Amino acid sequence: MVEFTVWQILWNLLLAARWTVALSLIAFAGGGIVGLALLAARLRRWPGVAMAVATYVQVFQGTPLLIQLFLAYFGLGLFGINVSAWVAASVALTLYASAYLTEIWRGCVDAIPRGQWEAADSLALSFGEKLRHVVAPQALRIAVAPTVGFLVQVIKGTALASIIGFIELTKTGTMITNATFRPFTVYACVALMYFALCWPISAVSKRLERKMRRDR
Amino acid sequence: MIQLDFAAVLVDWPLLLRGAAFTLGLTAVATVLGVALGIACARARTHGAAPLRALATAYVELIRNTPFIVQLFFIFFGLPSLGLRLSSETASIIAMTLNLGAYAAEIVRAGIDNTPRGQLEAARSLAMTERQVFLRVVLPPALGRVWPALVSQIVIVMLGSAVCGQIAAQELSYYTNLIMSRNFRSFEANFVAAAMYLAMAVMLRQLLAWAGPRWIFGRVAPTGR
Repeated sequence: MVEFTVWQILWNLLLAARWTVALSLIAFAGGGIVGLALLAARLRRWPGVAMAVATYVQVFQGTPLLIQLFLAYFGLGLFGINVSAWVAASVALTLYASAYLTEIWRGCVDAIPRGQWEAADSLALSFGEKLRHVVAPQALRIAVAPTVGFLVQVIKGTALASIIGFIELTKTGTMITNATFRPFTVYACVALMYFALCWPISAVSKRLERKMRRDR
Repeated sequence: MIQLDFAAVLVDWPLLLRGAAFTLGLTAVATVLGVALGIACARARTHGAAPLRALATAYVELIRNTPFIVQLFFIFFGLPSLGLRLSSETASIIAMTLNLGAYAAEIVRAGIDNTPRGQLEAARSLAMTERQVFLRVVLPPALGRVWPALVSQIVIVMLGSAVCGQIAAQELSYYTNLIMSRNFRSFEANFVAAAMYLAMAVMLRQLLAWAGPRWIFGRVAPTGR
């Protein structure tokens, strides 16, 4: 048994929180890119794509993130790739985030009146120009609040990466618990860390949402 | 060449089914308790006295901004040091209930906030007590309005319960782990589990969407019928 003061516990958790933040940013950025690509494919109205993307979304929203992490971890291994927990967690969380983000953004694009698309068509704008000048500026305004809100989901989701052995906040909490036998203090501190990370983001998202509702 | 052997996993179908049943059982209990807790908190936040309102807000914010797994570990590993020793099943149910309760509180509150003023005034002019107004006039249509969001949240909690296997609650992911530790077919076992969770999510969603209007908020016709 090792003696840790509360400050030492907090300090070690703070160091570990860097990896939670790093993994969250990777998943959020990666998910954003993949999600945007899926959204663009959907908006192109290629045959079959809408169905395929809808199935993709359904699969990722209908299965536990934990199982997705296991599948990425063992699935990549099947291809003879020696996967670290880093890679598996990044891949799984990226795909997970992409499914949610593409669905959120589709809702935002759908909220734009049809007349806007038709007006853009009648001006003979190309697909890219339509998106850039007509759709994106309007959709982005609606999309900001739920997108920021989803970042909280991603941060909380990274906690599950601890189970496949990725050493971040939760895993570090477990390790410190095993050394100190003080689960109550340690897990309370872990929860506090997550709260400190997530609560400001939630508050910003809520404020953005309220502001958007007022502006309309 | 990748060789998959699903038969090695599927041969353990009784374990998988037992796990799935347990997952659904945990979800059913947590749903009833969690939605009730959510309604109570929503009521506290809209009508309660200031301290009660602050308490409910703190609870909702605390749960919504921390991961479920940390809540579960805190309850299962942390609380025994206060002398509160819980079985893995009880800890799972408490964690799922508290988690769902916080999200349900926000969802139900949105429904309550959208109650037309005229309905409140009409109910009060009929000399209904505040409790009657809430239970008979405000709540049923409020639940009806937010039912799709509530159903989504219940499905999310069901999927989240996969983590409860980590504290040895014998739900689907627990048996998945057991099966893969026996036959080392890790990918196949998780693939089968994913398929089962997906089927359960789809069925649960359909079931609740069907049951809601019939049994939960349909007794009192919402408006104008």
